Amino acid sequence: MSRPHTLALSAKAALFGALLAGASLLPAAAHADEQYFPLQSYRVGPYAAGGTGFFGGFIDYLNLINTRDGGVNGVKLTWDECETQYEVERGVECYKRQKSKTGVAAWNPLSVGIAYAMIDDIARDKVPLITVNHGRTDSTDGRVFKHVFPLLLNPYSESSGIVNYIAAREGGLDKLKGKKIAVLYHGSPYGKETIPIYQLLAEKYGFTAEQIEVPHPGNEQQSQWLSIRRSKPDYVVLRGWGVMNPVALKTAQKVGFPADRIIGNVWSNSEEDVIPAGDAAKGYTAITTQASGADYPVLQEIVKTVYGAGKGNLDDKKRVGSVYHNLGIVNGILNVEAVRIAQEKFGKRTLTGDEVRWGFEHLRLDPKRVEALGAKGLFHSINVTVANHEGEGRVTFQQWDGAKWKVVSDWIAPDWALLRPIIEKSSLAYAAQHGITVRDPAAEDASN
Amino acid sequence: MDWSFFTEVLVGGLLSGVMYSLVAIGFVLIYKTSGVLNFAQGALLLFAALTFVSLTERGLPFWAGIALTLAAMTAIGALIERTVLRPLVNQPPITLFMATLGVSYVIEGAAQLLWGTQVHGLDLGIDDLPLEIGGVLISTFDLFAAAVAGAMVAGLTLFFRYTRIGLGFRAVADDPLAALAVGLSLDRIWTAVWTASGVVALVAGLLWGARLGVQFSLSLVVLKALPVLVLGGFDSIAGAIVGGLIVGAVEKLAEVYAGPLVGGGIEGWIAYVAALGFLLIRPAGLFGAKPVERV
Repeated sequence: MSRPHTLALSAKAALFGALLAGASLLPAAAHADEQYFPLQSYRVGPYAAGGTGFFGGFIDYLNLINTRDGGVNGVKLTWDECETQYEVERGVECYKRQKSKTGVAAWNPLSVGIAYAMIDDIARDKVPLITVNHGRTDSTDGRVFKHVFPLLLNPYSESSGIVNYIAAREGGLDKLKGKKIAVLYHGSPYGKETIPIYQLLAEKYGFTAEQIEVPHPGNEQQSQWLSIRRSKPDYVVLRGWGVMNPVALKTAQKVGFPADRIIGNVWSNSEEDVIPAGDAAKGYTAITTQASGADYPVLQEIVKTVYGAGKGNLDDKKRVGSVYHNLGIVNGILNVEAVRIAQEKFGKRTLTGDEVRWGFEHLRLDPKRVEALGAKGLFHSINVTVANHEGEGRVTFQQWDGAKWKVVSDWIAPDWALLRPIIEKSSLAYAAQHGITVRDPAAEDASN
Repeated sequence: MDWSFFTEVLVGGLLSGVMYSLVAIGFVLIYKTSGVLNFAQGALLLFAALTFVSLTERGLPFWAGIALTLAAMTAIGALIERTVLRPLVNQPPITLFMATLGVSYVIEGAAQLLWGTQVHGLDLGIDDLPLEIGGVLISTFDLFAAAVAGAMVAGLTLFFRYTRIGLGFRAVADDPLAALAVGLSLDRIWTAVWTASGVVALVAGLLWGARLGVQFSLSLVVLKALPVLVLGGFDSIAGAIVGGLIVGAVEKLAEVYAGPLVGGGIEGWIAYVAALGFLLIRPAGLFGAKPVERV
């Protein structure tokens, strides 16, 4: 075994020891000029591959800001990790333990289950909960969900973006009429969340939506794909998670369904989803809010400044620029910029969670600002408001060529106007059920 | 009724069932000789596949990877027997079962600690392109897996019938006290059977790994083996094969034909319904030995 591997094993052994001891990885306590990010990460367990990539990217970006800029306007960023193994009860335990520290900026659990479990508590604590690319769709309505931010993309926007992309491939939305689209979804609340929206989109554009459930965890899909072969859809949308994704691609190959007619959703778009499928994944296309690759200036700076100083978070440097790592970096950019924006209003000091929430509600990064941050092409833009906590993120599509993802579309806008009434209907019902007073964005903007 | 499609679903289900049988055989080996339901079989399967793929990714040739992984599985099997099960001899079955549950978590953690959390592809060099026979598509990979399972069952049958240690296994399975009285070493036999179970885990791990990718979820394939064991019997290799075929066929046919009537997604639990129903009629399974107690 080569020396780097030996070192990597030693590092992992130390990590495991720390986990066994129930200790945090990077103990950090926020002081007067520090802003603290509690990380409910998952580096072991079934979803560790995604967790190490995402939290690795997030930490790499926070490290870049500290190393290169000395923090945000002199306020150092601190963080610590608490292992959840993607389990809700552990995530909640971590939340209870980490929330006692001062200067909590925002929570970023990257887990639908943990996020759902925290929604009531974070409203009481008045600290923002970030669910980048996921979370409950109706939390887009910031009038009701004041502290929850499904940044860049919610499940409904994702569905609309995918349909718009298919339409673009077919030559226009009118060409969808008479087509058949099968949606192969994970048998979980996450997987089922988009059933009504695909139905709505099918009615609006005149295509047939055939929605097929794959029982968790999805390691057996022969019957679903035989049904697909029989019904001969024009496209299959893969709304998968974990092992379901490579198994879908391999089983599609088994029944002769072409990979380039399968469009993956945002949790079916990583290297971990395609590499195990081997050649069966060649030509497969998936939606993303952030392009992969390490050619962007911000990535280059991370490689030079953070990894160059031996502070990189990923054991395997080859994963820099992978889908989950880049999502972590984009998430880092959004969190840091929210803090920066809030500092402009409240002062260059440690902010309260509610002040950072204000920063998120004014997180407006146009393509020019994104370029200045070294992220041109990595993601498009974001425009969060009091009423819109998703922020009108654009999506793009990447195709797997057997070795890497290649962007194959422009930045596409979902049909927000179509989706907004459904989102509001659900959020207002939630408000009524929970006795929440719906905020008035115009009044709040006027008072700011 | 489209009979061609029905045949395709049925054949696909039977071939999937063979994959379940591969996992179930590992359970049977341990249960047959020691009466322990080894819940760690899925973790052993994960460890074997992860070790093999990690070694070959580091440049080790295929057969050297197999040999080293076999050595690792032998060591782990012996270690589990020596450090966990031997000290628990004569404890109630539930204690032994809980011990294997604990072992399962330790192996899963150790596998990720040692080899990392990344997902790996595993190419055994068998194309998984569909083969059309009489208008029915059949997976070449599944056919290969069925052939491997057949060879493994044949090998195990010969081993149990014609080798000294295999006969020792059977003697211990029939009556441990009598086996002890005629001079058989229980410790040695139990170590050997755990090793054999490790070998089965390696074969199943490679085939399942090539199918799913080598990742943590491999350990979840034990859930597919449990209804197979209930149907076929916990102590019969033939039962594991027949049970696997039944479970595979029932799952697929139910999902395709009954699933749409109830909203789909029934494949995950319908096998357990079948197994539960079967339990009521034949508690020892199709081929399982009926317990006889003298009172």
